[in-house]
Amino acid sequence: MENNYSSAEDIKTIRKMMEESTKFLSLSGFSGVFLGLFAIAGAMVAWFIIPEGGNISSEEYLNSLPVNEATAIKLQMGLNALVVLLLSVAAALFFSFRNATRSGRSIWTPVSKRLFINLSIPLAAGGIFALILAFQNHFQLIIPVFLVFYGLALINAGKFTYDEIFYLGIFEIITGLAAAVFPDQGLLFWIFGFGILHIVYGVMMYRKYQL
Amino acid sequence: MKEIIAGLNKVFESRIRLGIMSILMVNDSFDFNSLKESLDLTDGNLASHLKALEDKGFILAKKQFIGKKPNTSYSITEEGATSFREHLNALENLIRNQ
Repeated sequence: MENNYSSAEDIKTIRKMMEESTKFLSLSGFSGVFLGLFAIAGAMVAWFIIPEGGNISSEEYLNSLPVNEATAIKLQMGLNALVVLLLSVAAALFFSFRNATRSGRSIWTPVSKRLFINLSIPLAAGGIFALILAFQNHFQLIIPVFLVFYGLALINAGKFTYDEIFYLGIFEIITGLAAAVFPDQGLLFWIFGFGILHIVYGVMMYRKYQL
Repeated sequence: MKEIIAGLNKVFESRIRLGIMSILMVNDSFDFNSLKESLDLTDGNLASHLKALEDKGFILAKKQFIGKKPNTSYSITEEGATSFREHLNALENLIRNQ
């Protein structure tokens, strides 16, 4: 019987090593919730403060403004997006780091490097694409592009972390495509894709893996 | 029963070696420090197990320099993968048959 026990333990070790060395398991549900909250806050800022009457999603409106006013709005929107992005990255790193330290894992491993690269390439492509659209005054497509590329990045990164990230990626892509169909409702799709989906996922992941 | 046990490889009897082989089965290559962290071992302990597996021809060490720091990364050989798979099958059979 002792033999049986040790073979079962052996198989457990093997499974654990195989999973831990190929999947980054320190992602925290808290990151999802905070990402969602930051995204919604960013959308609020965009909606209420920067554009007059919350019409920023309308390309026509923006293009009808005098050049310097439009440029000011673009800069403010860009700054707003940048702040949301930086806060989100900081939150994701902070909670992953905390999660890793608590479970005695390292955050900088061969897997996390692979995760980072696989996440960054589609994200960077999407970011650059969005910038090009902004310079060419195609504002209506910026939010759909963010959502679709973010979804692709998650699908790519899903191989190196929890499987749920893959499905989150699918939802982000669907949201992005829907946003492209209803271009004047960009902010609403933004709130749903980056806000609500993240919060729902964060809570789900927290309940499943951290409770 | 004897046949089942015959499939078990003595080299893999230590759980540390099982850990090393498991990691290298699913990763193209893994460096020394990452192995050390994943398995939570000391330098000396890990090195001796790696050496044993290397001598058996189950894993391959590749020494290189990253900047000025020496860095050794390990990968599994075909022979190592086959032996490990046989060992896994034997473990499974053992559990099933008891």
